[in-house]
Amino acid sequence: MSEDHVFNPKKWIEMMSSHGHGGHIGFGYHDHGDDWVELALPWRKELVGDTDTGILASGPIISMMDNATSLSVWARLGTFRPQVTLDLRVDYMRAAAPEKTVYGRGECYQIKRSIAFVRGIAHDGDPNDPIAHVAGTFINMDTGK
Amino acid sequence: MSMQGVDKNMDIEAIASQLPPFAHHMGMRVHGFEDDLPVICYDFGPEVTGRPGYVHGGALSGLLEMAAFSALRVVLADAGRADQMKPVNITIDFMRGGRQHTTYALGQVTRLGQRVANVESFAWQMDRRKLIASSRLNFLLRAPTKE
Repeated sequence: MSEDHVFNPKKWIEMMSSHGHGGHIGFGYHDHGDDWVELALPWRKELVGDTDTGILASGPIISMMDNATSLSVWARLGTFRPQVTLDLRVDYMRAAAPEKTVYGRGECYQIKRSIAFVRGIAHDGDPNDPIAHVAGTFINMDTGK
Repeated sequence: MSMQGVDKNMDIEAIASQLPPFAHHMGMRVHGFEDDLPVICYDFGPEVTGRPGYVHGGALSGLLEMAAFSALRVVLADAGRADQMKPVNITIDFMRGGRQHTTYALGQVTRLGQRVANVESFAWQMDRRKLIASSRLNFLLRAPTKE
């Protein structure tokens, strides 16, 4: 496989985050490994869910986790494969601390022909004190016909 | 206070005024009512686009969640309650790709208890019967503390 075909999460996110929903919310690349990708969502007042406290809405965090877990599938595969989210579950441990960047780490732990299985956490600096846990599945759209 | 006889336009404004900054940032608005519960919507545009031509799954989740919050707020108000609502979890099923149309979402409170509310919400576009996504949410409720 030539270098051009190896999936590069950093390049991909930099290309994608200039437009669309991800760009509008403002999350970007932070780090990645063989089967995981971590994104970062800087706090912004436009994303607040509770004006009294300044706590972020959960919507932007779900969006970041959807992307981080989706990217983790391609990181594990080492290449892009068209897919869509089949389902996603988010458990909220606690509210995000106001004005802190939230990090979203998505991990792909199994890939089958049709389904990729993912999980992840959102945290605001300490991965051992997560804001949320997520679990989900993606369905492969490249059926290989 | 009964919702009957109340001008629905006033209700729309009251519900819209409770949408948080994030909802406005996403272009969400109150479209109207279905069975006295608010329908929240946004138009297609770059701010909701995921893969080219389709609504982003996270943007859909945010709309479903806001519809659930709004429905629960109305049902609590009807019961004469002003509890704090704390989401415990959300599970979203994506059924169809959201295309380049306005997306609508409606929440339904399956059960309102003293501590917990179970809420579902549904999203559709041009055809009300063809859902593009649904979600289930559990909320912890807490009555405001008396001063």
